Amino acid sequence: MVTKSASRKPTAPARRAKAPNGSSHSVRDHRRRFFTHLGLIAFAVVMLYPLLWMLSSSFKPTTEIFRGPGLIPDGLMVDNYTEGWTALPFPFHHYLINSAIVVAGSIIGNLVACSLAAYAFARLEFRGKKLFFAIMLGTIMLPIHVVIVPQYILFSNLGWINTYLPLIVPKLLATDGFFIFLMVQFIRGLPKDLDEAARIDGCGHLGIFARVILPLSMPALATTAIFTFIWTWNDFLSQLIFLTDPEMYTVPLALRAFVDSQSQTSWGPLFAMSIVALGPIFGFFLAGQRYLVRGIATTGIK
Amino acid sequence: MGLKQRQKTADPQTPPADPAPRRRGHRRRRPKDDSAAAYLFLAPWFLGLVFITIGPILASLYFSFTDYSLIGDPRWAGFDNYLAMLEDERLHSSLLVTFQYVFVSVPLQLGMALALAMILDRGVRGLPIYRSVYYLPSLLGSSVAVAILWRQIFGAEGLINSFLGSFGIDAPGWVSHPDYALGTLVILNVWTFGAPMVIFLAGLRQIPAMYYEAARVDGASPMKRFLHITVPLLTPIIFFNLVLQMINAFQTFTQAFIVSGGTGGPSDSTLFYTLYLYQQGFGSFDMGYASAMAWLLLVIVAGFTAVNFLASKYWVFYGD
Repeated sequence: MVTKSASRKPTAPARRAKAPNGSSHSVRDHRRRFFTHLGLIAFAVVMLYPLLWMLSSSFKPTTEIFRGPGLIPDGLMVDNYTEGWTALPFPFHHYLINSAIVVAGSIIGNLVACSLAAYAFARLEFRGKKLFFAIMLGTIMLPIHVVIVPQYILFSNLGWINTYLPLIVPKLLATDGFFIFLMVQFIRGLPKDLDEAARIDGCGHLGIFARVILPLSMPALATTAIFTFIWTWNDFLSQLIFLTDPEMYTVPLALRAFVDSQSQTSWGPLFAMSIVALGPIFGFFLAGQRYLVRGIATTGIK
Repeated sequence: MGLKQRQKTADPQTPPADPAPRRRGHRRRRPKDDSAAAYLFLAPWFLGLVFITIGPILASLYFSFTDYSLIGDPRWAGFDNYLAMLEDERLHSSLLVTFQYVFVSVPLQLGMALALAMILDRGVRGLPIYRSVYYLPSLLGSSVAVAILWRQIFGAEGLINSFLGSFGIDAPGWVSHPDYALGTLVILNVWTFGAPMVIFLAGLRQIPAMYYEAARVDGASPMKRFLHITVPLLTPIIFFNLVLQMINAFQTFTQAFIVSGGTGGPSDSTLFYTLYLYQQGFGSFDMGYASAMAWLLLVIVAGFTAVNFLASKYWVFYGD
């Protein structure tokens, strides 16, 4: 990959050098590049405009929201935030904490269980490996709707409805095949000599896994953690099904309850809480961009 | 400590007799077998596979042949659920809605992703910034918060209409009009083109520059270079994105649920198949019917994925 991108680099200078009368072409080049940037920036503004507009609206009185598409609020009015924060039966931080519990459990579960499975698939020889690997890949494509009804019945018989167990336990059992696949791909890229060296040093498989593979897999683990965070934070369907008690509600359920309970006139507080809900994702996005982009480039996750 | 041991084995004095036969013995046992350790590492995954994945799949197959409302035991009903599906007009319309959504939004989304990826691949300065900005909606697109935003943007007094209003255009409430509501969700999906775009970008990077140089020397136009170099060499990536985005699109739920307030309205125009399944299972608690629907979904998704794979033989080009 490194060599290929390196081989790619000469293109731009080569292209420029080939121009028969350099000066006029480079002017055209400049102009073209200017318009490319102009187009890209304009498009980015269009893409982000709805989000920026929601952010700005969250600081406007509701009557002003409907007055037009302008982005600059008259002042930083925080009433929407204080009003939205207390509009539901519980203050909004209650739902933030609930979401945080679910997210933390999911991240730990995915990191531990998926990395264990990935080590086996990437480094160990065992009977049925190809079959199991194929099954694991198959589960990635499985629509959740196919299993959600029996899962509901199972968890309801276990008395787990309205607890966070149905959301966390599956992660501890490595049901997110995506992350196993991602880590398998990553571990396969680590030199096997390191395993051999550790083996000679007297490490067993657990030792190799914990002392050699895991520390070197930090990028893959970080990708897993970030994506688990974002997916779980955004997840609506399974939280909607497994959590019916308002006290247990997570952020997406709280927002939905907000929509249902308020009349259409309280867009301001609703937007304010939406911004609060998107905040953590945006934060993780800024912190983990490098991993996120590499993660989806290698495995295509969303 | 590790260092000391490594030094010991590296010592030329010690190794002569002992390790050699052991290594030979090792070679005889090839392929080496770590089954015991592997099964231990895979134990959580096995449990998950049995209890969270395969068990429920088989259970839903069984429930699909029963009448089951969670109260009492499932009652065997033979093919009743499947026969009922044949006559259920809401189910038919939900299938139509879902197919329209998948077959319109996925090509648009991938076209957009490829176009932007190609522009960004031409050595634009600030690439990481553009890439991040375009990618951001992919992370937010499936959230309730963005669905709420969409509901306002395309609402009767929403952003779009207040914009159109400033030109004196009086437009309907897009999300509350049966002809346009699905379109707003298509736009939402196209808006999240960033994830496939990043994959396209990675794919474009893999195409050796010398192909383009050679084509340029031969006088090939940009269009020809695109059709005869970029597209053929990118087909595996196009295929990958197509399969992935189709599977995703078939499962769309949150956006339709929030935008329509859980009803799939107006007039079932946003009643996605998954939303109808949810209504049957968790609204009416008709678990048998919902399970039958789930199996139809599985067959449809698996079917389209299989067709994709079969068709890929004719258009996907693997360089090696």
